[in-house]
Amino acid sequence: MIEVKGLTKTFDGFKALDEATLTAEKGSVYGLVGPNGAGKSTIIRHILGIYKGDSGEVLIDGENVWENPGIKSRIASIPDDWYYFNSATLKDMMKFYRGFYPNFSMERYEKLKEVFKLDENKNIRTFSKGMQKQAAFWLAISAMPDFLVLDEPVDGLDPVMRRQIWSILMADVAERQTTVLVSSHNLRELEDVCDHVGIMDKGKVLIERSLSELQDNMVKLQVVFDESVKEVPTDIPALHVSSLGRVHTFIMRMNASDATALLSKYAPVLIDAVPLTLEEIFIYELGGKDYAVKDIIL
Amino acid sequence: MIQLNLRDTRPIYEQIKDSFRKLIISGAMGADEKLPSVRTLAGELSINPNTIQRAYNELEAEGYVYSVPGKGSFVNGEGVKETGRISELLEQIKAMARELKFLGVPENEIIATVKGETDK
Repeated sequence: MIEVKGLTKTFDGFKALDEATLTAEKGSVYGLVGPNGAGKSTIIRHILGIYKGDSGEVLIDGENVWENPGIKSRIASIPDDWYYFNSATLKDMMKFYRGFYPNFSMERYEKLKEVFKLDENKNIRTFSKGMQKQAAFWLAISAMPDFLVLDEPVDGLDPVMRRQIWSILMADVAERQTTVLVSSHNLRELEDVCDHVGIMDKGKVLIERSLSELQDNMVKLQVVFDESVKEVPTDIPALHVSSLGRVHTFIMRMNASDATALLSKYAPVLIDAVPLTLEEIFIYELGGKDYAVKDIIL
Repeated sequence: MIQLNLRDTRPIYEQIKDSFRKLIISGAMGADEKLPSVRTLAGELSINPNTIQRAYNELEAEGYVYSVPGKGSFVNGEGVKETGRISELLEQIKAMARELKFLGVPENEIIATVKGETDK
C-alpha cells in the first residue's frame, strides 16, 4: 500500500505540493491525473524517495521511503526522463538492476526477449526514444517489483507495444497483486487499466475515488421537455447545462436513477442517461475552477 | 472471444457482461463451461483485473454463471434468476415497438415478429 499524508513541498517559494494526500491499496491500479503543473511528477518523485518533503510523510507498506533501501528495492519506476549510463548496453543495465533488485528474475528477462526486439549489446543511448522506453519497461518488469510507479509511461510507444505492455502489467496485477501508480494524460487508456483515480490540481489531490464510484456518481442526461416547458427549470442541481434546440443536456453529480427521478416530475418527452467518460469527468470536475476549454480565436 | 468497443459509451464491465450473456444465451458457451480466468482476460484485453472481477460478480448475481472457489467461474445451466435485466429488456421492446410504429410497420407484423422468436 502506498500512502501519502499531508505532503507539502516548496521550491523557491513555489508550493509544488500543498498537503497532498493519496492512498493506493495493494493490488490496485491508481491513475493520477491533473492539468500540467498540478504536481503529479513531484508527488511521484516523493514516492520514489528522490525528493524529501518539507512536511507530511510518504509511507509504503507503513514504512517511510526516504533513505530506506529495503523499501526502494521493492519499487520499480518508469520516470518521465529516464537515465542510462554512458555507453551502457542493455546487458550492462540488466546487471546493474540485478544488483539493485533482489527479486530480479533472469527467467523473466529472457522471456521478455520475445516481446522487446532490442539488441542487448548495443549502446542504449543510440536507441530511439520509444526503444529506450521499451528498455526501461523490460528492466522494470524483470525486477519483479511489488510497486510500480509510472510517470507518463506509454508516451512514445507504438500502439502494439502499448497494448503489449499493458497486457503484461495487468496480468501481473492479477497474479502478483502488484500495486501500480500511473500518471497520464491519456484518460481513454487510464479508463481501461485503472480501478482508482486521483485528480490533482495546484499541488492538492482534489478527488480520490474508485473509478466505478466516480462514474456512478456523475451522469449526463439528455432531456426533451414537453412543449409547455419553455425554459429549463432552474431548480435542477446541474453542474453544466447545454441546449441544442429542444434537447437539453444536463451534467449532474448523482447516479443515473436519482437524476432520472428528479427530472421525471417535469414529465419529459424523452430522457436518456449516458455514462460519462473519464475525460468528461475530468473536464467537469476541474471546469468550475476557472479551468476550462476556452473559445479563443487567433 | 470478447471484443471491446472503445467507442461504446457503456462502461467496460457492462460490455464484458453483455458479451458473456450473448455467448451463454446463444449456446456458444454451454452449461458448466469455464469462463476464462480473470488473469487471462485481463492480459488478453489489457484491462484492469478488478473490472473483470466486477463483471463476473454481477453475472453471478444475475445467475448466468456460478463460481467455484479456487477454480474459477462456470456457465450456469439452470434458469437465470429474476433481475432488473428483465424490466430493462421489456423497456427496450417498448422503445423498439414505438420506433417501428413511427416507421409505419403494421401492428400485427411487430407482434408476429416477437411471437416468431418466443415460439422458437
